Amino acid sequence: MRYIRPLSMEDAVGQLAGSSGTSAILAGGSDLLVRMKGGFIEPDLIVDIKAIDGLSEIRETPEGFSIGAAVPCAVLGESAALKKAWPGVVEAAKLIGSKQVQGRCTITGNLCNASPAADSVPALVAAGARAVVVGPAGRRTIPVQSVPTGPGKTSLAKGEIIEAILLDKRAPRSGDAYLRFIPRTEMDIAVVSAGVNLTLDEHGVVKSARVALGAVAATVLLVEEAAQVLIGSKLDEATLERLAKVCAGACRPIDDKRGTIEFRRKVAGVLAKRVATTAYARAGGK
Amino acid sequence: MAGVAVSTTINGDTVEFLCQPDETLLDVLRDRLGLTGAKEGCGTGDCGACSVILDDRLVCSCLVLGAETEGRRVETIEGMAHGDKLHPLQQKFLEHAALQCGICTPGFLIAAKDLLAKNPDPTEEEIRFGLAGNLCRCTGYDKIVRAVQDAAIVMKGA
Repeated sequence: MRYIRPLSMEDAVGQLAGSSGTSAILAGGSDLLVRMKGGFIEPDLIVDIKAIDGLSEIRETPEGFSIGAAVPCAVLGESAALKKAWPGVVEAAKLIGSKQVQGRCTITGNLCNASPAADSVPALVAAGARAVVVGPAGRRTIPVQSVPTGPGKTSLAKGEIIEAILLDKRAPRSGDAYLRFIPRTEMDIAVVSAGVNLTLDEHGVVKSARVALGAVAATVLLVEEAAQVLIGSKLDEATLERLAKVCAGACRPIDDKRGTIEFRRKVAGVLAKRVATTAYARAGGK
Repeated sequence: MAGVAVSTTINGDTVEFLCQPDETLLDVLRDRLGLTGAKEGCGTGDCGACSVILDDRLVCSCLVLGAETEGRRVETIEGMAHGDKLHPLQQKFLEHAALQCGICTPGFLIAAKDLLAKNPDPTEEEIRFGLAGNLCRCTGYDKIVRAVQDAAIVMKGA
């Protein structure tokens, strides 16, 4: 096993692409080290990306925010500008693990770990976040939902690293929110989760919407039909009921010890209603 | 496996060590440096018994590689007291009998120190949330929370 700490993306990509055997990218390590300890992975090469220039920064650009792949979730919570623009993304990231884990874990790691129950992913998908992928063939920007392809699996090719997550600059009257159901108050894995992102017109009518559900399928679901239910509405009771029905119907959950299929479907609807209501209020809707 | 040479700062002292690439900071502290205050409870970041502060961030040392600490600052329980003078949190843990078997105590003290450094006047709820990453199977937490509240009062007056 080798541990390296490259100073540039080019070096990191080159080392990963040129390695034989199993390699792993290390940012916060809160998934990787647990998997190593459990014997689920024995990497021949560990590429620590934290010393790469810019990867530990949140940058505010004219287009929005660029969150470096090595930025711990605790830092997201300390960024007043990010919290103001994307409160749903930040509240989702802040739900991952304890204080100790928050100081290490990253949203990029959460995305690449590809758990269907990852907390930050539904919020990122709802937010329309994009991932900047750097690899031997160069740089490309892809929607975050195209990164996880199934539990523990991603679309990233050998040698590819996500450099940053991009969030757009906010249009006026926009709001997002995230909620999960767990059987305790914190420190647990989502049984069901939902993220909603809305933009309203000047009359408080929903102009655009994105609805994402977590832990109810092999990957996080972007539910277009649910967004269509919200668009053109002011989130009246009938709209919320339809939203719940559409979300429950979109789920393709499994039965496991954390929840049954029936329970997950019902809770997905309930959470979608609550999250949409919060996002609407944050967007300034009444 | 080739060893990794690491130079870091632990409790204010420059420390150099050699470790394996997959060796955790917790193992380095305990097995190479003789700093056995941080405990291994779960080894998977769930129990907080191995908590240390790494560049002003509370972390589980079982989820950090020793090699990652190159050029960084680590604070462990061993650096908490000043000579014979206990830190107010340590004193209050004693006074409130906020420990029984003691395995979780170093982790709680480090986590509480980090909590009070960032929030000198926490509510009970904030203390309970702040220490949720530390598990204690003996005390039921009430005495720990009260000790932290009391220490916060002392530290504000200091």
